[in-house]
Amino acid sequence: MAERTVQLEIRRQASPEAPAVWEKFELAWRPGMNVISAMMEIAANPVTAEGRETTPITYDSNCLEEICGSCAMLINGRARMACSALVENLEQPIKLEPLSKFPLVRDLQVDRSVLFENLKRVKAWVPVDGTYDLGAGPRVFPQQQEISYPLSNCISCTCCMEVCPQFNEETGFVGAATIAQVKLFNNHPTGKVLKEERLRALAGDGGIQECGFAQNCVEVCPKQIPLTNAISDVGRDVLVQKVKDWLRG
Amino acid sequence: MAAPKIIVVGGGLAGLAAVIKIAEAGGTVDLFSIVPVKRSHSVCAQGGINAAKNLKGEGDTTAQHFDDTIYGGDFLANQTPVKAMCEGAPAIIDLLDRMGVPFNRTPEGLLDFRRFGGTLYHRTAFAGATTGQQLLYALDEQVRRYESEGKVRKYEGWEFLSAILDCKRAARGIAAMDLRTMEVRAFPADAVILATGGIGAIFGKSTNSVVCTGSAQSAVFQQGVYYANGEFIQVHPTSIPGEDKLRLMSESARGEGGRVWVPRKAGDTRPWDQIPASERFYFLEEWYPKYGNLVPRDVATRAIHKVVYELGLGLDGQPMVYLDLTHIDRETLNRKLEGILEIYEKFVGDDPREVPMKIFPGMHYTMGGVWVDFDQMTNVPGIFAAGECEYQYHGANRLGANSLVSCIHGGFIAGPNALRFAKNLCAAEGDGGAAAEVARQNEINKKLIANEGSENPFRLWRELGVTMTEHATVIRYNKGLKQADEKILELLERYKRVNLSDKSQWANTSFAFARQLYNMLELSRTITLGAIQRDESRGAHYKPETPERNDERFLKTTKASFTGAVAGPKFEWEAVDTQFIKPRPRRYDAAK
Repeated sequence: MAERTVQLEIRRQASPEAPAVWEKFELAWRPGMNVISAMMEIAANPVTAEGRETTPITYDSNCLEEICGSCAMLINGRARMACSALVENLEQPIKLEPLSKFPLVRDLQVDRSVLFENLKRVKAWVPVDGTYDLGAGPRVFPQQQEISYPLSNCISCTCCMEVCPQFNEETGFVGAATIAQVKLFNNHPTGKVLKEERLRALAGDGGIQECGFAQNCVEVCPKQIPLTNAISDVGRDVLVQKVKDWLRG
Repeated sequence: MAAPKIIVVGGGLAGLAAVIKIAEAGGTVDLFSIVPVKRSHSVCAQGGINAAKNLKGEGDTTAQHFDDTIYGGDFLANQTPVKAMCEGAPAIIDLLDRMGVPFNRTPEGLLDFRRFGGTLYHRTAFAGATTGQQLLYALDEQVRRYESEGKVRKYEGWEFLSAILDCKRAARGIAAMDLRTMEVRAFPADAVILATGGIGAIFGKSTNSVVCTGSAQSAVFQQGVYYANGEFIQVHPTSIPGEDKLRLMSESARGEGGRVWVPRKAGDTRPWDQIPASERFYFLEEWYPKYGNLVPRDVATRAIHKVVYELGLGLDGQPMVYLDLTHIDRETLNRKLEGILEIYEKFVGDDPREVPMKIFPGMHYTMGGVWVDFDQMTNVPGIFAAGECEYQYHGANRLGANSLVSCIHGGFIAGPNALRFAKNLCAAEGDGGAAAEVARQNEINKKLIANEGSENPFRLWRELGVTMTEHATVIRYNKGLKQADEKILELLERYKRVNLSDKSQWANTSFAFARQLYNMLELSRTITLGAIQRDESRGAHYKPETPERNDERFLKTTKASFTGAVAGPKFEWEAVDTQFIKPRPRRYDAAK
């Protein structure tokens, strides 16, 4: 019987300006393989299925436990984390492509820094007085913690932005992840002092009104964050803020 | 005079803690990280963070936390900094709470605490099963705030290559490489703080993240910084073996009744559910009838190792044993263990409610590290270190949930001390050695990219990992350690013939990796040779040939300094500060 193998097709691009090419790989199958271990195998033996020497694949990765958010890519057309993509559960050949909505760096690596810029724009932090010993924090009841904790699990993978039809250069939409963080910080007993600023940051172009309710974000989120709930809650708050600001002149 | 400029290398908990303290005190910071700092390895910590807040009416005190930590570390840690850490821990928890960490709460809205290993108190604050992630995010958010105020500049996607040292061998900045353009640049600074984490990659597969190579520590070691207690490596008894890494499986699985076993017969190929109870070897229960599956970590780890490597009873001939929960009803499992069971399900593809998990001890934590004084400064003036990359808080064995507190505490000490050092620093002569260091690094790069030969760096790395895991983790023999050291020398020789299949100058990850690999090889010798010299057993360092702790000879910090010679680093030993708690035998079979 022939040895069991794994087939991959990987979209390669040596630089942002270089043409994209597809390379095929055929690797010996091993139990428990995921997309990352397949690419590690290629790095140790960079030869294509046709026997041509090539280079290791460039891709982002770090924790390999789906908690750092690094290794998002398109796997068989779907935005997901490569570390938790088990070969066993994937149709072959496994097609790997970079996320399409972010500037490409090389191969499967893209620049997702826009998300971190968005988090600055909405002041996604609790403005503490200082780091010296000021005693205990505000009381937070378990019911409140159970709302905050899932929102705080966002790993900044940007899958929700990739699949959003409204996330593109034309709209400048901030995307679901940032909006969920606004909800998180606006609900914090201290964080809410910046609530108005955050809502105003989401009121203009690229803000929350760009959302077209496609609901792709919540489907693709690897952490099952209630993104559409967050969007509707924050959307309501933005509207109220707009009315208040209008009345105040 | 311009505000002092501090460089922080590494954006995990320790690095970010230092950044916040410096920015708050008016300094400016350049923060370097291979990955966006929000993706640092601190996110992998699960269980919680220790602080003796005594919110459960148990009479817990910081003195108890201090004693547990020293005892757990088998008396190898210097006691002054550990005492300060334990005393500072409650205020750290309060601060994190104020920053918005979604800690679990009691019905009254107070912080909830849980039990952890090595203590009898509820001392561990936690945010679900993702405490490290939540803590890192809180500090990341504060740093983003300072970044938007212009006090912090991030260099994400840059790798530290070396310190810039002036003619008096004091630090004047760093040389770093842009991982996209591959350009090497000098970054001047008045002080440098390394917060670059553990060295898991030296063991091939570990519970650590990809960036935890120890490359930065090795680089400064090769520039004259002492590396201390390198031989102390924590191996966690239960991790999930994977093709790409080892993922941690929490101790709570055994706490809820999980049983560890292998088939009695070597090479038994039957499916697990066709092996009758009489032919299953519940070795922890047989060997340790009193504690059974809940023996302390180091004992469990050693037992599993013995079953696999000495008795040859690993599952399917592989280094794995069963961690079996299938005898516990689903409802109980879902209620108490759902989070970790989902991890197993997601990454292995099996449901641990239906089939036993396959687990094995995995390299987990680096107790040793860059030598620092009580101000967190190394022996090279101007180079500070904090977090897992330095050696000072955990002695010979780290207690669970102490790592997060040591990272933040260490960063909080390092930041202000680096700023104080910087303020008193006299101006550098000329460029402080910057141009010379960049030239040296460019020379290394040029040589590496043009190198001809037949060696693939990723394959050399696999060989290193296999050797180190076999000889320098759980059970150590001088003969095996010697073999491992010879293997490292062989790999260093073969490294000279490394041939990069990718010779481009854009986002060349194998190039960056080959540079890390060289540093891993140099640093790994502090582990093998340090372990050979330490003829005793203490904490995580266990030698069957000398199974007892020997305080007379080895109640000492190992300090390695780089020589560049084939004989390896030079070793010296420094007395341990034991002024508060007198060393006593460490045993967990009775109350201490």
